[in-house]
Amino acid sequence: MKFDISTAFKLLALVALACVPLAGADFYTELIAKTLVMAIFAMSLDLLVGFTGLVSFGHAAYFGVAAYAVALLSPKYEAASLWYVLPASVGLAALAALVVGVFVLRTKGIYFIMVTLAFAQMFFYVFHDTPLGGGSDGLYLNVKPTAEIAGFQPFDLDNPTHLYYFILAMLVLVYLFLARVLQSPFGRVLVGIKSNEHRMQSLGYVTFRYKLAAFALAGGLGGVAGFLYSVVFGFVTPELMSWHQSGNVLLMVILGGMGNLVGAVAGAFAFVAMQEVFSMWTKHWQLAMGLMIVAAVLFMPGGLSAVPGRIKRALQGGSAND
Amino acid sequence: MTESRNPEALLVADKITRRFGGLLANQDVCLTLARGQLHALLGPNGAGKSTCINMLSGDLPPSSGRILFQGRDISGLTAAQRSLVGIGRSYQRTNIFPKFTVLENVRLAAQSRRQQPWRIFTNAMRQQWMLDKARAAIEEAGLGGRAERIAGVLSHGEQRQLEIAMVLATDAQVLLLDEPLAGMGSEESGKMVELLKRLRQTRAILLVEHDMDAVFAVADVITVMVNGQVLESGPPAQIRASIAVQEAYLGQEDSFHV
Amino acid sequence: MDFASFLIQTLNSLQYGLLLFLVASGLTLVFGIMGIINLAHGSFYMIGAYLAFVLASLTGNLFAAIALGIPLALLFGAFLEWALFSHLYKRDHLEQVLLTYGLILIFEEVRSLLVGDEVHGVDIPAVFSASIQLSDVLSYPVYRLVISAVCIVLAVALYFVIQRTRLGMMIRAGNHDRVMVEALGININMIYRVVFALGVALAALAGMLAAPISSVFPNMGSHVLIISFVIVVIGGIGSVWGALVAALVIGFADTFGKVLVPELSGMVVYLVMAAVLLWRPEGIFKKG
Repeated sequence: MKFDISTAFKLLALVALACVPLAGADFYTELIAKTLVMAIFAMSLDLLVGFTGLVSFGHAAYFGVAAYAVALLSPKYEAASLWYVLPASVGLAALAALVVGVFVLRTKGIYFIMVTLAFAQMFFYVFHDTPLGGGSDGLYLNVKPTAEIAGFQPFDLDNPTHLYYFILAMLVLVYLFLARVLQSPFGRVLVGIKSNEHRMQSLGYVTFRYKLAAFALAGGLGGVAGFLYSVVFGFVTPELMSWHQSGNVLLMVILGGMGNLVGAVAGAFAFVAMQEVFSMWTKHWQLAMGLMIVAAVLFMPGGLSAVPGRIKRALQGGSAND
Repeated sequence: MTESRNPEALLVADKITRRFGGLLANQDVCLTLARGQLHALLGPNGAGKSTCINMLSGDLPPSSGRILFQGRDISGLTAAQRSLVGIGRSYQRTNIFPKFTVLENVRLAAQSRRQQPWRIFTNAMRQQWMLDKARAAIEEAGLGGRAERIAGVLSHGEQRQLEIAMVLATDAQVLLLDEPLAGMGSEESGKMVELLKRLRQTRAILLVEHDMDAVFAVADVITVMVNGQVLESGPPAQIRASIAVQEAYLGQEDSFHV
Repeated sequence: MDFASFLIQTLNSLQYGLLLFLVASGLTLVFGIMGIINLAHGSFYMIGAYLAFVLASLTGNLFAAIALGIPLALLFGAFLEWALFSHLYKRDHLEQVLLTYGLILIFEEVRSLLVGDEVHGVDIPAVFSASIQLSDVLSYPVYRLVISAVCIVLAVALYFVIQRTRLGMMIRAGNHDRVMVEALGININMIYRVVFALGVALAALAGMLAAPISSVFPNMGSHVLIISFVIVVIGGIGSVWGALVAALVIGFADTFGKVLVPELSGMVVYLVMAAVLLWRPEGIFKKG
C-alpha cells in the first residue's frame, strides 16, 4: 500500500470515526452511524455511476429490497442469525439488480436513466400496493439479528456502541473490497467502458456482460447498506425505494466527485450535514437543498473531491480552469 | 472472385451490400485479404470506404452478402466477437482512452485475449503477461519510451501509432486500418509506412488511405471504389494505368496524380 | 363487464391517455430536439393545476383561469429556458438529471410556501357539469369528454405545426443539425426557447384540465412524470407520434388494469414497458 498524503488522510478519518462513540454524545453517534450507512450506499452507486458510467436513477430499489428482506426473513419476535440474514438480504438485492439489469442494460443514455427510474418505481409499487411488505405502513424489525455462532457471541447488535463499530467495519470492508475490485482486470474493464465503450467492444470485450455484473454487484453492495439501515432503524417503508431516495444517493455521489470512493463517503457526509443544517433553519429545508443542488451543478462541476485539486491549483497561483 | 485459388486468404467479403433507407452505400462489394498482403482501398469521398470497413469490422451489419474469415461465415458476429477471432481495427477518428496512459491503453487491449473477469482480487498492473505483451506492441508500433504518457496529450501522429499498438496487442491476424496516416507529417508518415511494410509480412492488412505516395509504396493490391461499387481492383501498376480510375478522380480535391 | 361499464372504462382510458400525451409530448420534444432530460417536467403539470386553482378562485371560473394560465405558463417556460436550461445543453446527462431534480425540490417547496399543503378542489365549469346517461345506473361526465376533445384538438394542432409550418420545419431541422441550422441564419436559441416554452405550456395545460377531476395536491407531479418517462421510452425519444400511441396504450393498460387486476394495477404500466424493452430497446418509433 502506498503511503502518501492521501492514505494518511484516510487513516486519520478512520481514526476520527472510530473515536465517535467514545465522545459520549448518543445523538451524534446515532447520526454518524446513519451517515455511514448512507456512505456505503453511495459507494455502491459510485461503482456504477463514477466508474462504469452507468447513471442509475433507481438504485434505491436494491437498498429497499435488502432492508425489507431482513424484516421479512427475521422471525417476528426472535433474533435471526446475522450470518444468515446478511448474506440472504444482500443476495436478494443482487439478484433483483441482476434481473432488472437484463432489461435496463439494453438501453443507453437518457433511456437508461429513465428505465432505471421506472423499474425502481415498480419495486416501490410492489411493496406499497401489495400485502407482501405490509403495504404503505411498512414493517417492523422487532429484534435485531444476533451474531451468535456455536454458543459464542462476538458482539451484540443491540448495544449501540457495538452496532456503531459493526457499521464502521462494514464500511471499511466495502471500501477495501471495491478498491481491490477496481484495480482488478474486471475493474479496469469497467473503467474502460466508461471511457470509451465502443473501443472496448472493438477490442473484444462483450461489454453487456461486464455492465450486468457491475449492476448486480452494485445492487448487492447497496443491499449491504439496506441491511444495515433495517438493523439501525428497526422499521422499513416503501419510501426506502422511492425515487427521492434514488435521487438523494445520486446527489451524494455527485457531490463527492464521481469515480472516487472516498469522495462518495464525503458526499454522503456532506449531504446529511446539509440536511441537518437546513432542517434546523427552516421547515422548508428542501428548498435550500434544491437551491444548493442547482448552484452546485451550475458552478461546481467535479464535486467535492475536485476541491482539493482546485485549492492546490489556486494556491499555486494558476488559473482555476479545469 | 479469386479467393479459392489463394490458400492464404484470411478475410473475404462476398458481395456485401449496405442500404441506408433508400441510399445504397455499398453494392456487391467483393474483397479478399490475404496474409502477407497489404490491400489498399481507395476512392473519392463518399465512395463508401467507411461503410465497407465498418461492415468488415462488425461495426455495421451488411444488408446482404457474406463475410468469411478463414472460410467460416462470420457475417453475424459482433465487433467484439470478430476481435476475438483475430480481426483488429483502427479508426479514422482517434478512438483511444484519452485519460489513461499509453501503457494502460495497450494493456487493456492485451487483456482482451485472456479476460478472466472472475478474478476480481488480482491487481491488473501486476499481471506480467499483459504488461509484457503491451510493451512489445508499444515497441513494435514505434512508441517505445512513451508508455507512461497520458494518451490524450500525445501528438496526433503518436495517437495514430497508439491505435496501431492497441490492435497489435490483440494479436490480430487481419488488420483493418482506417486512414492511419491522416494528419501526419512526412517524417511520421515515413515511419508508419515502414511499420506497415513490416506488419504486412505476417498479417493481412486492409488500408483505407488518401495519401497516394504511401499507398503506392506499400500496397500489393488496390481496390478502387466509386459510388458504393468496386470500380477496379488489381496490382498498383494496373490501377495507375487505368483510365477509368483517373476519370473517377477527376475534379476531386485529392486528385489522382502520382 | 356490461357494455356501459366497458364504454366508461374505454372513455376513461382515452381521456387519461390523451392527458398523458399532452404531458409526454412536451417531454419528448425537449429530449429529442435539445437532448435534455428534465425531471422537473412533472412539476409543470403540478404548476398548471395549482395555477388553475389559484386563478379560478380569483376569477371565479375555470375558462378565465385557463385563458390566463396558458400565457403565464409560456412565459414561465421561456424564462426558465433562458435562465437555466440554456446552460444545460452542453452538460452531460448526469448534471441535467441533478439540476432538474433540484428544481423539483424548489418548485414543491415554493408551492408549499405560496399555497400551502392542503388538497384543493377546482370546480368544473357549470356548462360542462352535466353527465350523459349511458344506462339505467351509469352516466358519464361531460367534462371528461371535453378534456378528451381538447386534447385531440391540441394533438392535431401539434401535428400541423410540426409537419406543416415553417416553425415546425425549423424545429425538425434543429433536431438533426444545430450547426447547419445556425449557418442558415435561423436563430436556434429562439427555437429552443419556443420549444421549451411549448413543452411547459402543454404540461401545465394538462394539469389545468385535470385539476377538476384529480384535485390539486402536493407531489401530484411525481407520478405523472414517471409515467411520462415510460411513455417516452416506449414511444421513442423525439417522436410525438410515438408519444401519442404509447400514451394511449398506457392509458388503456392502466385503466383496464385497475379494473381487472387491482392488486397489480400500479405495476401494469411497468410490465408493459419491460415487454417493449425486450422487443425494441429504442422505443417503438425512433426519433422522427
